[in-house]
Amino acid sequence: MLKVNLDDTIAALSTPAGSGGIGIVRISGPDAVEVADRLFVPAKGKPLGERKSHTVSYGKIVYDGRVCDEVLVSIMRAPNTYTREDIAEINCHGGIRSVTAVLEAVLKSGARLAEPGEFTKRAFLNGRIDLTQAEAVADIISAKTDKSREAALKRLDGSLCVKIRALREKILLMLANIEAAIDYPEHDDETMTYESVANGSRELMSELDRLIAGADTGRIYKEGIKTVILGKPNVGKSSLLNAAVDEERAIVTDIPGTTRDVLEELININGIPLRLTDTAGIRDTDNPIEKIGVEKSRSLADEADLVLLMLDGSRPLDDEDRKLINLSENKNRIVIINKSDLAQCIDISEITALTGSDPIAVSVKQDSGIELIYERIRSMFLGGSIAADDEVLISSERNKNSLYKAKQFLYNVIETVDNRMPEDLISIDLTQAYEALGEITGETLDEDIIDKIFSEFCLGK
Amino acid sequence: MAQLYEAESADVVVIGAGHAGCEAALASARLGLETIIFTINLDSIGMMPCNPNIGGSSKGHLVREVDALGGEMGKNIDKTYIQSRMLNMGKGPAVYSLRAQADKNRYHTEMKKTLENTDHLHIRQGEVVDILTDEDNRVTGVVTESDALYRCRAVVICTGTYLKSRCLYGSTVIQSGPNGLRNSTHLSECLKRLGVKLMRYKTGTPARIDKRTVDFSKMQEQKGDEKLVPFSFENRPEDIEREQVSCYLTYTNKQTHDIIRANLDRSPLYSGVIEGTGPRYCPSIEDKVVRFADKERHQIFIEPEGEDTNELYVSGMSSSLPEDVQQAMYRTLPGLENCRIMRTAYAIEYDCINANQLKLSLEFKNIAGLFSAGQSNGTSGYEEAAAQGIIGGINAAMYCLGRQPLIIDRSEGYIGVLIDDIITKESREPYRMMTSRAEYRLLLRQDNADLRLTEKGHEIGLISDERYESFLRKKADIRSEIKRVGKVNIAPSEEVNRLLVSLGTAPIETGAKLCELIRRPELSYDLLSPIDTERPALSDEVREQVNIQIKYEGYIKRQLAQVEQFKKLEQRRIPEDIDYGKVSGLRIEARQKLAAVRPVSIGQASRISGVSPADVNMLLVHIER
Repeated sequence: MLKVNLDDTIAALSTPAGSGGIGIVRISGPDAVEVADRLFVPAKGKPLGERKSHTVSYGKIVYDGRVCDEVLVSIMRAPNTYTREDIAEINCHGGIRSVTAVLEAVLKSGARLAEPGEFTKRAFLNGRIDLTQAEAVADIISAKTDKSREAALKRLDGSLCVKIRALREKILLMLANIEAAIDYPEHDDETMTYESVANGSRELMSELDRLIAGADTGRIYKEGIKTVILGKPNVGKSSLLNAAVDEERAIVTDIPGTTRDVLEELININGIPLRLTDTAGIRDTDNPIEKIGVEKSRSLADEADLVLLMLDGSRPLDDEDRKLINLSENKNRIVIINKSDLAQCIDISEITALTGSDPIAVSVKQDSGIELIYERIRSMFLGGSIAADDEVLISSERNKNSLYKAKQFLYNVIETVDNRMPEDLISIDLTQAYEALGEITGETLDEDIIDKIFSEFCLGK
Repeated sequence: MAQLYEAESADVVVIGAGHAGCEAALASARLGLETIIFTINLDSIGMMPCNPNIGGSSKGHLVREVDALGGEMGKNIDKTYIQSRMLNMGKGPAVYSLRAQADKNRYHTEMKKTLENTDHLHIRQGEVVDILTDEDNRVTGVVTESDALYRCRAVVICTGTYLKSRCLYGSTVIQSGPNGLRNSTHLSECLKRLGVKLMRYKTGTPARIDKRTVDFSKMQEQKGDEKLVPFSFENRPEDIEREQVSCYLTYTNKQTHDIIRANLDRSPLYSGVIEGTGPRYCPSIEDKVVRFADKERHQIFIEPEGEDTNELYVSGMSSSLPEDVQQAMYRTLPGLENCRIMRTAYAIEYDCINANQLKLSLEFKNIAGLFSAGQSNGTSGYEEAAAQGIIGGINAAMYCLGRQPLIIDRSEGYIGVLIDDIITKESREPYRMMTSRAEYRLLLRQDNADLRLTEKGHEIGLISDERYESFLRKKADIRSEIKRVGKVNIAPSEEVNRLLVSLGTAPIETGAKLCELIRRPELSYDLLSPIDTERPALSDEVREQVNIQIKYEGYIKRQLAQVEQFKKLEQRRIPEDIDYGKVSGLRIEARQKLAAVRPVSIGQASRISGVSPADVNMLLVHIER
C-alpha cells in the first residue's frame, strides 16, 4: 500500500524553470556522484568520485560526445546533506536551454526525474527533518502567496514545534503536580488545587485559540479566499473587479503546475488574498445572469468561501435579486448596493431583513465605499486583525484538527474541575490534550502518520 | 571444580525465596510442575527486610492483580496484617490504594507454611552457584555450593538484593545480604559467563527503634480503617476482621537537617564509597535534605514491625550515615528524643540484571528456559517483586508445558506496565511502580483487578473452577444491575427532593434518570438507595462496581478509546529477524537501542528510551516497504 524507495537516484532542476540564466541540477541518491561523473569532464585533476566531500569542481558536462554546458559541480556525501544521501549539484551557466540539456543528460545516465517534493520526502525519511518541517516544505512548494510562503518558511525553522512544545511542557507540569499528589498519598504537603488546574487550562485554551485563529489565517493565506461576485447584468460586477485589480498589490500566478487544469488568479488586496476563480465567466459582461442560469450561479456560490452579492441601488429589488439572495443564503456573504451616486430606489430595510446583515453602499464608478468592502472581508476572515509577522501560521488541516482536539480536552478539564470530580480524572483529560498537541510535533505516535505525510507530499494532485 | 553429584531433578528451579521467588515457586508447583525453591536461609522465606507494609499507591494494585491471577501475596497479607487503610480516597477511584501494615514475622511464617504445604513444591536451603546450559543455550540444571547437581528444564532467578551485596553505613562495610544474612557470591560470575549484563544498584533501609523509648503523645496517631477491604478477592471483610494497631506521624526539623548536613562527608554515598545507583523515588533522608534543601521538614511515619515485637520502623528516614550520626539525627524528632536504636539503618549495594535482556515473558532472549523476576531485575519493592514472580513462575511452567507464555499488556494491568517498562525502557535506578506510569489507570483500578485478570488466571490454571464461577456470578450481577439502573426513572416527589437536598444537591423538577443522579458529584449509587425502591440486595463489591462504572462512564469511554489506539500500535508487529542496520534514517543511538531491546511491536519500540518518534516513523516506513 505504501511505496517508498530510497534506493534509486533522483534528479531535478532545483531552481525555478526559466528564471534567469543560471540553473542548478540536483542529483541525490546512492549513485549521485557516479551519475555526475559519467558526464563530467574536469578541467583538470581527478574525477568527482575521488574528490573530497563538500568540494566544488570546474569542468564540462559532455553527453554523447556533445558539450552540454560549462559547469561547476558540487559534491556532498552523506550524511551531511539536505537529503542525507550523496548529492551532486551541477551549476549550469548557459541559460535555460543548456540547463535542460544537462538535466536530460543526467536522466539518461542513471537518475530518474524526482517527483515534486521528493528531495524533501527523502530528507524526512532519512530523518533529517521532522514532520512539521516536512509539512512546511510541502506548504512552501504549494504556496500560492508570499505570506503563505513566509509562514511555511517560519515553520521550516521549527518555530511551530517550539511553540507547541512549550504548550505541552505546561500541560506536563500540571500533570506532574497531580501525579505527585497521587503517588505520594502519605505526603499531604504535595498538593495541587483545582483552581490552579482550571486557570492553567484556561490560559492554555486561549493560547490554542490564537493558534487556531492562526490556522484559519494560515489556510486563507495558503489557499486564498475563493470569491464570487453575483449580480444581475449591468449591476457593476466588472467595474468592481476592475477596481479591485487596480488595488492589487501583487498577483501570484499559479505555480507552473503539471497537472492542474484550472488556472487561478489570486488578487491580494491589502494583504487579503482573494482567489477569483472562473474569472473569465465573471468578467464577461455579455454573459448575463439569465444566460448563466440560476443553477450555475448556485454552484458558483456553493463552491465559494465568499459571495459578494451586488445589487443596484437605483432600482427596486426584483425577483432575480431575491433569487440570488436565496441561493447564497448560507454563505459568507457581503451585500453590496452599488450606484450610491444615483437616486436610491432600493428598500434598505427590506434587504437587511432578507439577508440578516447590513448592506454596504458603494459607488464603484466614483470609487467611494470600496474600502468598506475590504474591511468587511478582513473582519470576516481574519477577525479584524492581520496576522502579526511573528505569529506562527498553521495551514495544515491535520494540525488544525489536533489544535481543536486539544482545546476540547482542556475544556473537559475545566468541566471536570467544575463538577468537582476527583483529581485523577483531570489527568485523563490533560493527558489527552498533551497527546493531541503531540500529534502536531509528531511526538505522539500515530500508526497512520506515514500515510498522512505521504498524502501531504502528494502535490500537483 | 569438584566432582558434582546428581542430587535431584525437577521441572522448575526457583533461586531465592523472597516475594518474587515465593510467587514463582507456588505458581509453578500449583500448575503441577515439580518445583524446587532454593534459599540461602529457610528463615528468610517471605522476609520483609525493609518496610513493614504491603500495598500503597499502585503497589496495592499489583497485589490485587497477583491475587486475581491466583497468587499468594494478597492472601498472606490478609492473614497477617495488623492495620489496613485505603489511601487516596479523595483523588478518584483509579488511584484508591489499599495498604496494610504487616506483622513481619507472621508474614514470613505463614508464607513458609504455605510453601511447605504445597504439592509438587520442595524447599531446599542452599546457595545456587551455577546454572548449566546445553549447546543450544537451553537451561539444563543448577549446581549448589555443596556440588549437588539438580537437573531441571527451567530456572527462575529471584535473587533480590543478594547478588554480591554489601551493607554500608558510615565507614562500616559488611559483606552480606540484608539483615546480616549471607549474600550470594558466585552467581554473578555464572551469569556473566552466560552473557548476562549486570548493573550495580543501591537501596537502603531506616533504623528500627525500641517502642519503649518512644513518646507517642508527641506524634499524630494514624488508625486503621473501620471498613475493611481485603487484598484477596477470595476473602470477605468479615473473614479478616481483627484488632488493629496504630502508626504515628512525626516530622524532621531544622536541627535534624543541620546534623545531616554537617556529616554528609561521612556518608558512603557522598564520599564515593557507594557505586550503585539508588532510587529517586524513595530517597534516603540525607538525599532528601540535599535535594530539597528549601524544605523545612519531612514527614516521618513510625510503624510497628509486628505485634510480638517492640521494634518500630522509622519510615522516610533510611540512611547510610555513621551510627553515631544516626543516633543523634533520630533523636531530634518529636517523640524520639530518647529513642534507642535496635537495628542500624544501612544502605545495601547489589548486582542486578539489566532487564532489557528479557522477553515480555521474563525469559532471557538468548537463554531458553532461564527466567528472571523480582528485585534482581532492577525493581524495588515487595509488590513489584511478587508481580514479576508470579509471571516468571507461570511462564517457566508454560515453557515446560510447551504452552504460550502469559503476557499482560499495558492496558490490562499494572503488571503489564511494570514488565513492559523494565524490559523496554532504560533503567538507571531501582524501578518503583507508580500510578503515573500506567497510561490507562482509570481502567486499571484496584477494585476491578479481578474483572480484568481472573479469566486469565483461570485459563492458566491457577484459579479454581469454584472461584471462577463465583467471579462469573459477580460479573453477571454487575452487568444486570447496570442495565436495570439505566432504565430507572425517578419522579420528582417530596421524598426524593428531601433526600437530594439533604445530600447537598439540587432537587429535581421533572423526572430524572437514576444513572444521571448517580453521576452528580454529591451522590452515589449507595446514597440513592432510599429512592430506588426496586433495588436488589447486592454485595459491597458489586455495588461498588455499579457505582464506579456508572459514575465515571464518560471517562471510562474516553480511556477505552485511548486503549484502542494503543492496541493498534501494539498489533503492528516487527519481524523477528529485522536487521536494524538496514533501516534507513535511524539515528545511531536508536539503532543500538532497538537492536538491544528487539521490540516485538511498533508500540513497544516507541517506548524505548532513546528511540524518538522520528525513528519510529522510519521503522514504520521500513516495515511497510
